[in-house]
Amino acid sequence: MEALLALTIGVLVAAAVYLMLSGHMFRFILGLVLISNAANLTIFTAGRLTEGVPALIAVGAEAPDGLVANPLPQALVLTAIVIGFGLFAFAITLVKRAWTELGTVEADEMRLAEPRKEKP
Amino acid sequence: MSWLLALPIALPFLTATLAFLLRHRPAGRWISVWGSAALLIASAVLMAAVLDAGVVAGHMGGWPAPFGITLVADLLSAVMVVITAIIALAVSVYALADVDEAMEAQGYHALFQVLIAGVTGAFLTGDLFNLYVWFEVMLISSFGLLILGGRAEQIDGGVKYVALNLVSTILFLTGIGLLYGMTGTLNMADLATAVDDADQGLLTVVATAFMIAFGVKAALFPLFFWLPASYHTPAFSVSAVFAGLLTKVGVYALIRMFTLIFDHDIAFTHTILLWVAGLTMVTGVLGAAAQTDFRKILSFHIVSQIGYMILGLALLTPLALVGAVFYLVHHIVVKANLFLIAGVASRIAGGTELARIGGLYKTAPLLAILFLVPAFSLAGFPPLSGFWAKFILVKAALEVEGWIIAGVALLVGLLTIYSMTKIWAQAFWEPHPEGVDPRLSSLTPYDRLAMLLPIGALAVITVVIGLFPEPFAAFAEDAAAQLLDPSAYIEAVAVANGAVDIEGAAE
Repeated sequence: MEALLALTIGVLVAAAVYLMLSGHMFRFILGLVLISNAANLTIFTAGRLTEGVPALIAVGAEAPDGLVANPLPQALVLTAIVIGFGLFAFAITLVKRAWTELGTVEADEMRLAEPRKEKP
Repeated sequence: MSWLLALPIALPFLTATLAFLLRHRPAGRWISVWGSAALLIASAVLMAAVLDAGVVAGHMGGWPAPFGITLVADLLSAVMVVITAIIALAVSVYALADVDEAMEAQGYHALFQVLIAGVTGAFLTGDLFNLYVWFEVMLISSFGLLILGGRAEQIDGGVKYVALNLVSTILFLTGIGLLYGMTGTLNMADLATAVDDADQGLLTVVATAFMIAFGVKAALFPLFFWLPASYHTPAFSVSAVFAGLLTKVGVYALIRMFTLIFDHDIAFTHTILLWVAGLTMVTGVLGAAAQTDFRKILSFHIVSQIGYMILGLALLTPLALVGAVFYLVHHIVVKANLFLIAGVASRIAGGTELARIGGLYKTAPLLAILFLVPAFSLAGFPPLSGFWAKFILVKAALEVEGWIIAGVALLVGLLTIYSMTKIWAQAFWEPHPEGVDPRLSSLTPYDRLAMLLPIGALAVITVVIGLFPEPFAAFAEDAAAQLLDPSAYIEAVAVANGAVDIEGAAE
């Protein structure tokens, strides 16, 4: 299971890097979404995988009996997903605004804030 | 004790809420000013407690470490919170004149206060995942502030700022996940001892991931390109607070992580940091020399100055860390002040492009003097604060026989003077190209007071640190000693647990 998840993370990162290097801002955002999911899966896998055991403690017991799932990585990933959702919503809006204001979202052509020096 | 630690984070959030509710009325901006003043008092109380006890720690919600979220203030955290409060107060007063009603209606003051909450939270937290959350708080409010106003130029700079900062955030998150997988804890005090049992080779890989993630935030070579692309575009008060505080949170995080947790393979990690420090200094200052805009020159100087602080961390001797702490505090004051001055110059002379302004010395001599104080300090002229900061660092480099890096530090100081002279000559000395006489009296008395008061106050701080460096250096020495020997930090977290035993802390 770990190997499968590690492979998935690898493929996600590879695809994300490919998209982010394309120079088109919208593809860059898609790449970010992929790589952030890879990060979330990394946290999840790093917290050890336990198949088919919920993170529950029996009624009346103080501590779990036997093997349980680790709830902390799930809480961390949930936090990261929520924060990521907000950030991506903002980033997509920003890129759309850049499209209407600048007429391009190609990173190489976005030179308004740092104009090329005109040769004297 | 925990309210003492939570107050510097809670106060800005409270202020932000009130300022947002009253954003359409003049009361909103005054709430921001009074909220910042209250933050300054709260941070001073915290500082007094830290000076008294050494390290103050508390667990939020009553959950003991490493299960709950811990807030810890040692001397470095405390001084960073105090300086944040000072900059927050200065900038919120300046914003009375600089920020127009349209920006206020869009929630400028609320965003500003949330940004301050994120910064103080990052300085005070003792939990790695919590640090990630504070980075996000800081990031999302800085996104808002950066593009507030919505000029095309701001959108262009904003896209680059957002893109690169998001990549660094995700790398940070991945690092957290890997470190958790190796040690099973995210509490920083707990990590400091837990990493000893981890696979040391793997630990170095994770350390590098953190170095890159914080390196983007701190604008280190070769990861700094987002900074000069965006810092010259927003309102002046926004770029002042960004220049003063944001990159320094990255530097703080690097100092914290690479003294407390990642000190297992210094020969590898800190050698990389040393190279990076030298290259950051040189590329930053050369970039500044090529620019012709007031704020763009200052932006590149931020990059170059970050190199000095990382130099202190990279050498990792007691004296070098003293220099890093001293530099950090001095730089925040000076850099924020220079951006505030650029705002006044732009207002009365009509722009920041150096070729289009001039004559400030003749008709606005007060502004010229106020510019000279932080400009000379930045370049390292005695007896201003920057001289002592550079002096300590160069001395630390010479002590470990780092002749080349000491030479680089001195050369970069010289080149800093060159670009400060460029601003001085073109904006202050030469006559205005359109024959305008820029005068401070062209501002309304209200605006004049709101803009010059914070500039004057920050200049006074620079001069005071310069003339009486003794207590500040002694303080930096204590802070550096705490960084080099984190046992007090670890113990404070354990004591706050109420004698709950943390593995390894008792050893």
